[in-house]
Amino acid sequence: MHLLEPRAQPSQIMRWTAPLIAIAATLVVGSLLFWALGKPALASFQVFFIEPLTSSNGWSELLIKACPLILIAQGLAIGFKARIYNIGAEGQLIVGALFGGGVAIYFEGSDSSLIIPAMVLAGAVGGALWGALPALLKTRFNAEETLTTLMLTYVATFILSYMVNGPWRDPEGMNFPQSVMFGDSALFGILLEGSRVNTSVFITLFAVLAFWLFNAKSFLAYQLEVGGQAPAASRYAGFSAQRTIWFSLVMSGLTAGLAGVGEVAGPVGQLNLNISPGYGFAAIIVAYLGRLHALGIVLAGFLMALIYLGGEAAQVSLQMPAAITGIFQGMLLFFLLGADAFIDNRLRTPI
Amino acid sequence: MVESLIPVLAGAIAAATPLIFAGLGELIAERTGVINLGVEGMMLTGAIAGFAAAADTGYGAAIGLPVGAIAGAATAMIFAFFALSLAANQAACGLALTIFGIGLSAFVGQHYVSYSLPGLQPLAIPLLSDIPLLGPVLFKQDAVVYLSFIAFASVAWTLSKTRLGLLLKAVGESPESAHAIGYPVLGIRYGAVAFGGAMAGIAGAYLSTVYTPLWVQNMSAGRGWIAVALVVFATWKPTRLLLGAYLFGAVTILQFHAQGLGIDVPVQVLAALPYIATIVVLVVISRDRRLLQLNLPASLGKPFLP
Repeated sequence: MHLLEPRAQPSQIMRWTAPLIAIAATLVVGSLLFWALGKPALASFQVFFIEPLTSSNGWSELLIKACPLILIAQGLAIGFKARIYNIGAEGQLIVGALFGGGVAIYFEGSDSSLIIPAMVLAGAVGGALWGALPALLKTRFNAEETLTTLMLTYVATFILSYMVNGPWRDPEGMNFPQSVMFGDSALFGILLEGSRVNTSVFITLFAVLAFWLFNAKSFLAYQLEVGGQAPAASRYAGFSAQRTIWFSLVMSGLTAGLAGVGEVAGPVGQLNLNISPGYGFAAIIVAYLGRLHALGIVLAGFLMALIYLGGEAAQVSLQMPAAITGIFQGMLLFFLLGADAFIDNRLRTPI
Repeated sequence: MVESLIPVLAGAIAAATPLIFAGLGELIAERTGVINLGVEGMMLTGAIAGFAAAADTGYGAAIGLPVGAIAGAATAMIFAFFALSLAANQAACGLALTIFGIGLSAFVGQHYVSYSLPGLQPLAIPLLSDIPLLGPVLFKQDAVVYLSFIAFASVAWTLSKTRLGLLLKAVGESPESAHAIGYPVLGIRYGAVAFGGAMAGIAGAYLSTVYTPLWVQNMSAGRGWIAVALVVFATWKPTRLLLGAYLFGAVTILQFHAQGLGIDVPVQVLAALPYIATIVVLVVISRDRRLLQLNLPASLGKPFLP
């Protein structure tokens, strides 16, 4: 059962090829899965991974899905480096969407150009608050952030459900749990004629650059990383563990909140119960697949977006449930973790 | 007044039953030093496998529960391969298992969305069910609830009174020592993870074939995560886990009886209560660092490579 033994030196080659190995393994096993389900493996592969990219519309849809994933993953990566495991970005996204959407609903009918900036600000605050709560519980009461962030995701879902079933329900929405459709002033401007790509991509672009600079240049980023890799050394150097926790959770909440605004003031255009197809969870995989590196995350985000698009295509062309996306996501994370095991270890040589 | 409480309390016992199964399974795995955050995923695969078996054969929960257990244990083995044999990060592997399990169960479950099952009739135990208050609450339940009593007693007894229990705890406290005196640490951890998976599978199958009884996508609705939190709350002790589960059963059932009890708050507030309660109990138990440190299995979450 013991398959591995430690390497003398961590393998740098494995560190960067592990994501590629994981992707390749996911593609192979995924194709086998199609075959096992009685679908032609190659044709299904084509539908899932190639066809979405054969039209310009496909590429713009890819960008629309990649942006929130990349944005959230940038924030999560900060915490993951410091070993702060925020797995409730989905909830922070929802609260960000609620705050931003609340601004849109409150100022319904106004055509002020300040509404979008106000929504962005409100969404950032909302997400950051929902991230600050587990930070408070962790620093003050020592409560595990994995469980509290996840539980707060469920709570956020119920708040959303209450708002769109109650105070914010569209009176002309035939009793559907949804708010009014936002007016043009509460939507990001369309960037590419004929597509759904909108100006919220600049938020993601800005975040990528900001986090890249932050990781490369700032002393705080260094402190966070030391705190994750060598907690004792970090304490000895006088780096504050409390600050690490606050910063990680608030920043990741903030980016998730921004992603939430991007959805409701973008492709979704209102508050309803389906504002996110699990972006907050998928972004965890994106962060690790991108090696917690700002640019790596961009590539990983596009791949994850492709898995979402492939899932939608498989639904239409192969009559498969959209849940296939989750199967692929789970496999990808497993294979990535498996491949990562070979960074510090190697196969045991039989004696 | 007391009479009107009986259905509420009996409902709480039934609502707690999946938490007891899943929680006991996770407790055993964690006692050997393995934290498996994939309980939610294993519950869901157990739920759909059990439901499919029950619906296809027509034998109901009698076949659904064992099939759910096998499905839960089988998915747990995926986790075990990566987290134990390859010594990968346990928390991340558990998360992968949950994402995978949610997807897989929804995928398979697509064919079963419109089915419904007969469920199980309550089985009154002679004499015991005649005890005032406690009788109808504890002993007029379905057979699986009684099974959860037996599971609790077996786990508690095994951990405190048997050689196997001692071995499980030894592996969790000091895998190096257990390995040095010749015990197969990984083998024991594999076994504990499989047991955890089987118990989570039973919990899921109970939801889909007895409690609800129908298949709804994502029907465990966070109960797997609550079970993980309960193990911390219980400070890794079966008796406290049982009490915690009943407390959560009561909180869960409140939303169905709130109107009858004259509580007038939005349904979403009541539905959110179990999750808020989870946070509250985590805070209450975690703030006492010493208590946690004293009971925490020393090797919890740390991979073992000899």
